[in-house]
Amino acid sequence: MSDSKGTVPLIVDGKRLDGRGIEDLRNLRIEVGIIPEADGSSYVEWGGNKILCGVYGPRECIPRHDASPYHAIVKCRYMMSPFASLEEHGRSGPSRRSTELSKVIREVFENVVIAEKFPNTQIEIFIDVLQAEGGTRTASITAATVALANAGIPMKDMVGSVAVGKAGDVLVVDLNKAEDNFGQSDMPMAISSRDKKLLLLQMDGLLTKEEIIQMVEMAERGCDKVNVIQTDALKRFYEKGEEESIKW
Amino acid sequence: MGDEVKDVIMAQIRRDVLNNTLSKGIRFDSRKFDEYRPIEVQKGVIKTAEGSAIAKIGQTTVLVAAKFDVVKPFSDRPTQGVMVSNAELLPTASPNFESGPPDEYSIEVARVVDRALRSAECIDLDSFFVETDKVLGLYLDIYVMNHAGNYTDAATLAATAALLNTQVPKVEGGKIIRGEYARPLAPSKLPVTTTMVKIGDNWLVDPTRDEERVLETILTIGTTEEHVCAMQKGKGAITKNELVDAMEIAFKRGDDIRKILRSD
Repeated sequence: MSDSKGTVPLIVDGKRLDGRGIEDLRNLRIEVGIIPEADGSSYVEWGGNKILCGVYGPRECIPRHDASPYHAIVKCRYMMSPFASLEEHGRSGPSRRSTELSKVIREVFENVVIAEKFPNTQIEIFIDVLQAEGGTRTASITAATVALANAGIPMKDMVGSVAVGKAGDVLVVDLNKAEDNFGQSDMPMAISSRDKKLLLLQMDGLLTKEEIIQMVEMAERGCDKVNVIQTDALKRFYEKGEEESIKW
Repeated sequence: MGDEVKDVIMAQIRRDVLNNTLSKGIRFDSRKFDEYRPIEVQKGVIKTAEGSAIAKIGQTTVLVAAKFDVVKPFSDRPTQGVMVSNAELLPTASPNFESGPPDEYSIEVARVVDRALRSAECIDLDSFFVETDKVLGLYLDIYVMNHAGNYTDAATLAATAALLNTQVPKVEGGKIIRGEYARPLAPSKLPVTTTMVKIGDNWLVDPTRDEERVLETILTIGTTEEHVCAMQKGKGAITKNELVDAMEIAFKRGDDIRKILRSD
């Protein structure tokens, strides 16, 4: 998330540096079922982000003492590859950032997965960021939703995710890396598609209450767009019946 | 930490009893829903640190100590000082804390406090420049010493109080002269966080441990005098309208806490 004030002009003539309008998403492409060994999988390209997601389960909960006789345990492991950005990320295990992201992403899906159906089991969501360009957590949630659906795991709702931020004093949807790094504020959100509940809500920077309300509304519209692409990807996969080789 | 049957049953009983009392508008400790437990702040408790404070919210006790060191700046911000926050959920402090490397909860609280302080821009990291490739690093160590619920707000409160108490050390020849100080740090803003949980249909400010055990949704909102400076939702879901109400409460309670911070 952002940690510096804007010194670079991020909005020129109402357009963003990459030519987008304030509510336009970067190109979002979703492929389903690309890891045949997994119970469910997806690959998301969102702007410069490349995210691989595999879902395993419901399967035996390990360690056993984590299991619940009442519901499946949802686990999530988000990991940024060491080569995911121009800076070196290191290879020494999970960073503090990825530990936090794994937690908040898990807490998104604990709300929608119907875990009561599978007592004593675990459902594991593995997310690997192969390439990062701002907004990896929202791209990850978008990918994981589709992978869970592909794994046949019953969910109450689909989840779309997008960040809304403030860059160059303007509220913009789906921050790219420059907007994330040099913008004034970043508020990643995930929203359930039907009942519009906020399942991910984080924020940094300085914002007024009014701005935040407006940003939630912008995120709702953004997540609706994401949801259309998610649904379309799933339909394409199941109409086709089998995976074809994809272009990375 | 799986749910043993007895834990699940106990949680269910606790939830039922809590919900029953809450539906009558009463909390176990007879507080209002939007009321904090008594808050107490003591600054300057650790003489070996450049700044420190202990914050108590009810029985929840958190110590934050500020230490300086000379460090290498980040390559993309070569003239800016560095602030690092770390939290220890001491096994001393609760039967629920275990010793070992930081778990996701201690990482989360450290990052939420860090986010609130950093976003509030309450300290001028540019003033930490020493010389080429040398800046002051400010380490904030958060020690949760007794966990009776809502250590997040106590941690932010102790951190801000510690900053109010912090002296920037004197630096000569690129080295810190320990025990000698150049100036007080004097944070320009007073960021605090307000944590709220949803149990049944009710939103409660400053949850106790009992309330945390049965919470459905938890949301922390950081505020300064004018702005929201951090948000973090943990477990659960929240609607837009609930968020609007939560922000209003966060500003109100935040201002109350800021009064306590300013009062001594």
